[in-house]
Amino acid sequence: MTSSSSTESPDRGGGGARVELRAAGVRYPGAAAPAVHDVDLVIEAGQFAVLLGPSGCGKSTLLRTINRLVEPTSGTVLIDGGDVRARDATELRRGIGYVIQAVGLFPHYTVAQNVGVVPKLLGWDDARTAARVDELLRLIRLEPARYRDRKPRELSGGEAQRVGVARALAAQPRVLLMDEPFAAVDAIVRASLQDEIARVHRELGTTIVFVTHDVDEALRLADRIVVMNAGHVVQTSPPAELLEHPADEFVRELVGVDAQTRRLALERPLIER
Amino acid sequence: MTYLATHAARVAALLGQHVVLVLVSLAVALVIAVPLGVLAARSPRAGAVVLAVTGALYTIPSLALLALLVAAIGLGQPTAIVALVVYAQMILIRGVVAGLRGVDPALIDSARGLGFTARQTLLRVEFPVALPVVLGGVRVATVSLVALATVAAWINAGGLGVLLFEGISTNNPQKIVAGALAAAALAIAADLILRAAERAVRT
Repeated sequence: MTSSSSTESPDRGGGGARVELRAAGVRYPGAAAPAVHDVDLVIEAGQFAVLLGPSGCGKSTLLRTINRLVEPTSGTVLIDGGDVRARDATELRRGIGYVIQAVGLFPHYTVAQNVGVVPKLLGWDDARTAARVDELLRLIRLEPARYRDRKPRELSGGEAQRVGVARALAAQPRVLLMDEPFAAVDAIVRASLQDEIARVHRELGTTIVFVTHDVDEALRLADRIVVMNAGHVVQTSPPAELLEHPADEFVRELVGVDAQTRRLALERPLIER
Repeated sequence: MTYLATHAARVAALLGQHVVLVLVSLAVALVIAVPLGVLAARSPRAGAVVLAVTGALYTIPSLALLALLVAAIGLGQPTAIVALVVYAQMILIRGVVAGLRGVDPALIDSARGLGFTARQTLLRVEFPVALPVVLGGVRVATVSLVALATVAAWINAGGLGVLLFEGISTNNPQKIVAGALAAAALAIAADLILRAAERAVRT
């Protein structure tokens, strides 16, 4: 995936990969019902897909099948047409970005060491890693000279999550998985992080699979929203269509009484779109 | 204090023996305790067994354990080291288990998700993050071993205990005071050094 065909900025990565789930199901041992019921889903290359649903609906489990942190008990997960199970799990994960709500920055590493952790695993030399780290810090708008040598405890919640995003993007993944990444920060910081990830997505063209229970966040970020309930995908549509034509009562209630207001918000051109 | 002043060289030599006894025991104890601690932290069932066994060993009175070991493997330093290693296990293993169980699961999830192998996760994330707590165990174990190692003199293993036993048998309180002071100073020094180390590795 380093053999990018991009002519102008070869170090920016090669866009996104297509992610496909075929009848993917997950049943945890001893559980009465599957966490995820046979899900068929195609996320096109470069798409920003949001998995939306209440807690416990299986959206995180579904996300984690893509990088094999959870192995589907039935069905198949494919990236660019290749079965993920055909690849070594560790090697697969090094090519997929991963960001979680708790951020999970390594407290004994500096910001630069955190961001450079996957390049180091991949055996990049120090100069290339250092250059990449600075490039990423600029991408997420943290001045490299100021932030490079800080420890995670010296960062605000919003800064830490930016570093988490930079770390996930370090080795130019073509798929970025984000599990409720902005749920733990306050509303103002969340809005600015949402702007950032939307911009990063536009700039890099990485396929993003983003889990949230926040309807507004989903409407704001997604090219396509995948609504889940009790392990099933109940609707897959672009944000506007979700508001116009909710597939069932569950989706109607999820988007809620504010559907009218939300439609208006979508129609208003967003500054950053 | 007079014995300490007049026989400084002898006290220093015995102190040296004491330090060697403690350091060798500690090193051997760590080689055993770290893998057992990892196992105990990973598997609740193995953990229960390991902690029960080492806890039971810890309750054996030190003189009784030494007497049993002398019967089995004879007098001398190796026997004393075996006893000290046994006593250190419970404290060290508890430290390793507490340290590893205290690692934020989000760090492990991140590490695995970013493509660390299980081994890399343990060595590069879990151990470094657990280190201050593990070192806390090492500190408590070291201080205990400094005290316990005085009984090693009873089985011809040398150390500061020699002064205590000689002082008791020849009714020479000066020797006892000298031995006790030297042992206490050693324990305090070990405590301070390891506290500094704990602070240094805290993130």
